[in-house]
Amino acid sequence: MVKALARFKKGIIDENPIFAQAIALCPVLAVTTSIINGVGLGLATLIVLFCSTLVVCFIRNFIPPQVRIPCFIVISATFTTVVSLLMEAFFPALNDALGIFIPLIVVNCLILARMESFAAKNPPIVTMFDSLGMGLGFTLALALIGVVREIIGMGTVFGFTVIPEAIPRNVLFILPPGGFFVLGLLIVVLRAVKDKRLKD
Amino acid sequence: MTQPKYTVTTTPHIRSSNSIERTMYFVIISLTPAVVSGVVFFGLRALLMMVISIASAVFFEAAYQKLTGKAITVKDGSAVITGLLLALVLPSGLPLWMPVIGAFAAIVLVKQLFGGLGHNFLNPALAGRAILMAAYALPMTTAFIAPRGADAVAQATPLMRLYDGDFVPELNDFIAAFLGNISGSVGETSALALLVGGIFLLVMKVITWHIPVAFIGSVLVMGVIFGGVANGLALYHVLTGGLILGAFFMATDYPTSPVTAMGKIVFGIGCGVITMVIRLFGGFPEGVAYAILLMNLTVPLIDRYIRPQVLGRRRKRVEK
Repeated sequence: MVKALARFKKGIIDENPIFAQAIALCPVLAVTTSIINGVGLGLATLIVLFCSTLVVCFIRNFIPPQVRIPCFIVISATFTTVVSLLMEAFFPALNDALGIFIPLIVVNCLILARMESFAAKNPPIVTMFDSLGMGLGFTLALALIGVVREIIGMGTVFGFTVIPEAIPRNVLFILPPGGFFVLGLLIVVLRAVKDKRLKD
Repeated sequence: MTQPKYTVTTTPHIRSSNSIERTMYFVIISLTPAVVSGVVFFGLRALLMMVISIASAVFFEAAYQKLTGKAITVKDGSAVITGLLLALVLPSGLPLWMPVIGAFAAIVLVKQLFGGLGHNFLNPALAGRAILMAAYALPMTTAFIAPRGADAVAQATPLMRLYDGDFVPELNDFIAAFLGNISGSVGETSALALLVGGIFLLVMKVITWHIPVAFIGSVLVMGVIFGGVANGLALYHVLTGGLILGAFFMATDYPTSPVTAMGKIVFGIGCGVITMVIRLFGGFPEGVAYAILLMNLTVPLIDRYIRPQVLGRRRKRVEK
């Protein structure tokens, strides 16, 4: 149990998929133009990650190593289809905003990495906490990038205006280069905080 | 023990009086006519814009160096030049806080994050302008005011009028463009003032003739090819926009231009051709800034393939 909780915390902070491992950046840069989009994609990824790593974990001893990658893809494709249909039915606006990046969760390298490097080698309970930690870490990172880009780029938070209309919006931040700038600068800030904590 | 009759020292034996400070202050002196022309044509507002831009560039440079524990080198004048050049290439009617953001982008993102003076891979002032252009496209493309107007009336630049198509420049338009009595960015309108400064730099050997001549020459040639000789459109393309400012003061920036004479000519021609392709066939009326930025990116490649001849050796004949 202690190990499980440690995995959970690692996924959020020390091994954060975005800020520490820097994986799955393509959807991150593409959809984080607003906090809703960021959290939406983050939670969708979290559900697929959690369900598919759990399934991989249960059948890990039956998958022949030669064909493990196709098996992982089929499993994550199944859950991605479920999530995609649910989003289409219940959150059509969000589904339209995220577009192709929902089906692309199938090949999200965070999910493949967790299945390959963790779920296929560990028992279910630890795997569940690992997936929750990684998924939440991913979602929080997307929310953080999304909130910075939404405030500067559109002057809103969750769609509510927080910067007076009179101030021109810095559109750069909702364009792709803005995504790189925000991601890079956030990594700089978080690394600086971490270094300082280690020193103290 | 007899003393040797000569002094024994280590290299270097010949020292130049040249230094970063000397170069930078020559550039500042050479920009003075452009500064004066900006104030004459666009009023004290232009001066205020330059002061804000320079102050924020110097501030960001010092603040970054302080924060990262580096030696503070704002006295070398390079941040002053970046701030000044940034103000000179911004539209004359821009809100006064925008140069601050441009200066931040130029100094912190483009210059200091890549290692400071001499390590930037893009011209900082132009990169700052490009970032402002991406962020605030509307004011950056419309905030041009009429020269010598008392109350800052918006007016399209000559290149915008050419781009829209129903404008044929006449003799007095040429004179206005040469003197600078046209709408445009703060310091780019007066060809006369910029040429005075540019020639000063050439005489003082701060820059060589290769880049400006290749740059302006290729714009002229492209203008003749696509516009003909009779209407003088090629000359009008040279006199308007940021061409002369860019060719003398920005394309020649040492870290972002090739080392060899031949490389500089290739670089200048590339700048000129891209400028005219953007002006004549592209989506913007003016392309000097993007042309220089694009060619900045090719400098490592140019320097790789165009090497200086090794001293004392003849170039090998190509054998069949």
